[in-house]
Amino acid sequence: MRVNKSRANIMRPSRRDMLKIAGASAAFSIPHIRPSQAAPTEINLLSWYGHGEPDLVGEFEAKHNVKFKSKYYAGGDNMLALIAQSPPGTYDLILSDAEYVQQLLTAGYIDQLDPADYPFDDIFDEFKQFPGHWKDKKLYAVIVRYGHLGVAYNTTKISREDASSYKVFWKPELKGKIGHFDWHLPNLGSISLLDGNAKPGPFDINKAQWDHLKETTRSLRPQVAGFFDLGGTFSSLKSEQVWATVGIGDWITGVLKRDGAPVDSVVPKEGGIQWTESYSIGKNSGKQDIAKKFIQYILSPAGQVRTAKLKAYPALLPTKGGWKALQAADPAEANRLGLIDSADNNPIKLLREGRIHYRRLPVQQSLEEWNEFWQEYKSA
Amino acid sequence: MASDARRRAAIFAVAWRAPLLIWQGSFFIGALGFLTVMSFWLVKNYRMEPAFVFQNWERILARPFFWDAFWRTLGLASLGTLVISVLAFPAAYTIGLVLSPRAQRLAIFLLVIPFFTSYLVRAYAWQIILADRGILNFLLSWLGIPAVSMLNTPAATLVGYATLTLPLVVVLQALSISSIDRRLIEAAYNLGCTRLRAISMAIVPLARSGLIIAAVFAFILCYGDFVAPYYLGGSLPPTLSILIVDTAKSGQQWPRSAVVAITMIGVLMAVSFVAMRLVYGRRR
Repeated sequence: MRVNKSRANIMRPSRRDMLKIAGASAAFSIPHIRPSQAAPTEINLLSWYGHGEPDLVGEFEAKHNVKFKSKYYAGGDNMLALIAQSPPGTYDLILSDAEYVQQLLTAGYIDQLDPADYPFDDIFDEFKQFPGHWKDKKLYAVIVRYGHLGVAYNTTKISREDASSYKVFWKPELKGKIGHFDWHLPNLGSISLLDGNAKPGPFDINKAQWDHLKETTRSLRPQVAGFFDLGGTFSSLKSEQVWATVGIGDWITGVLKRDGAPVDSVVPKEGGIQWTESYSIGKNSGKQDIAKKFIQYILSPAGQVRTAKLKAYPALLPTKGGWKALQAADPAEANRLGLIDSADNNPIKLLREGRIHYRRLPVQQSLEEWNEFWQEYKSA
Repeated sequence: MASDARRRAAIFAVAWRAPLLIWQGSFFIGALGFLTVMSFWLVKNYRMEPAFVFQNWERILARPFFWDAFWRTLGLASLGTLVISVLAFPAAYTIGLVLSPRAQRLAIFLLVIPFFTSYLVRAYAWQIILADRGILNFLLSWLGIPAVSMLNTPAATLVGYATLTLPLVVVLQALSISSIDRRLIEAAYNLGCTRLRAISMAIVPLARSGLIIAAVFAFILCYGDFVAPYYLGGSLPPTLSILIVDTAKSGQQWPRSAVVAITMIGVLMAVSFVAMRLVYGRRR
């Protein structure tokens, strides 16, 4: 005689119970199996924060049935670490600062590009042969946006006139109110310009100039409130914990201004530094065609407008078509960024006047030497 | 027959112990071994190359900023441990000896809740509280006291350490205090101790092992912490944890970062060893 179980015991399912549960699960999951034709192609992007967000890539995603999968980094060293830890072909598109493109190339992470694929005619002459994007006349990265670093300051505490010189950081009333973006390269480059190293460049200095630069930097230490990463730089300026920050520019203050914070950036009379971003295609990517199409899209007038107004941080444009399109789409922003021929802060004009210097790795000292001095400066 | 059973018992024992050994072996000892090996490697053209050179050790140990960071981290972590242990004691005493069992369980449960949240988010919350125009200074201005600069100081780093470790230290201290034989405490009172003398002469010595272990946990967590000195202390001063990040940025110098990391692990092992001797050393 079989013993009937009067109540099903959920903790001890019988074989019949298991079959019922399995059948129900299968029935529920069938709607989630989609036919493979509709699946969008995934593009793996490695970039600074925000370049895979809908405000930049949404239009492209819809048109080409792709989906961006982004891995964000903060700083070129972070980027190199991420690539080094992944198998080749992990990333299809890499957005990189210019000085890191050579490192990507040396380590074998990026493919060669064909200049004929990209609208070089539309790019300003100054940027056509951007140093760092080419090697032995071969192209490895295409410039898409750039920006200026100078003096970032709180407009209610510091006048624009005062801010128009790096000397403002040493003002006695700003003691304990100066912040540093925690990266040696833009900080030491700015102070190098204050030291007068405009020719051949703030990053190409001899031993005597390097020793003097270290002395000047050390003299700033008593003014410093702290060393901040990306998030810390935003919050310290916004909360008025610091009133001026060294080593940053509109890419930080432009975002804070959108939220109404009384901050601004200015290229001081001693000169400013340009950061430059470019796209490369990852080696062994397998999606070179769609990656190429995306780079072409970003260089098209429509894409350029989107990248100038990127939610994460605004930027200047390297294409003439991009300037015209932004002037039409958002004249106020074009005016603010200076992307108008007549503007005082027209970046091409500043470049031609010799007031802007490209950020690059130190030439006559090793990167370690600069970094070690920065660590010594922090622990002073 | 008997040896069969013994063999089965032995296999049973090994099978249950093996996973832990394999886990510790690969993820701890193996990783530590690899870290040590890596500290002798070279970096050429931003890529690591296996080698066996001492230059990473020589370079790091010769740098004054390394030793500055070394002593400051040790000092800050020790101070943090002391302050947190003292701060935690009244709460632990109350939970361990004063509260009813039901209230005890509730208190321990409440102390575990912070671990469900992100430590980094809590550190950011402290920024809002400690900033020059933050909540605390707002309250002080209400009382007519001028603003105090609290953020980006070593004191703020200590606040961060407390956020990280205080719940854990209170729980560990409370558990060890609650397991003291109450009769010994009663005896202390019967012999004429005041409350304070009872604490110093009976309770602290009896709960010694638990108090030391809680302090060691606090020290280990504070010593290696990156969030508090960076986000609350503003890297003033930079600790060894910050140095590891900075060194790796020096052109992908992972081998030199490994040198700093191994030094830190060495210090932690030495401190743990000394603490365990203090706790278990007397018993023969």
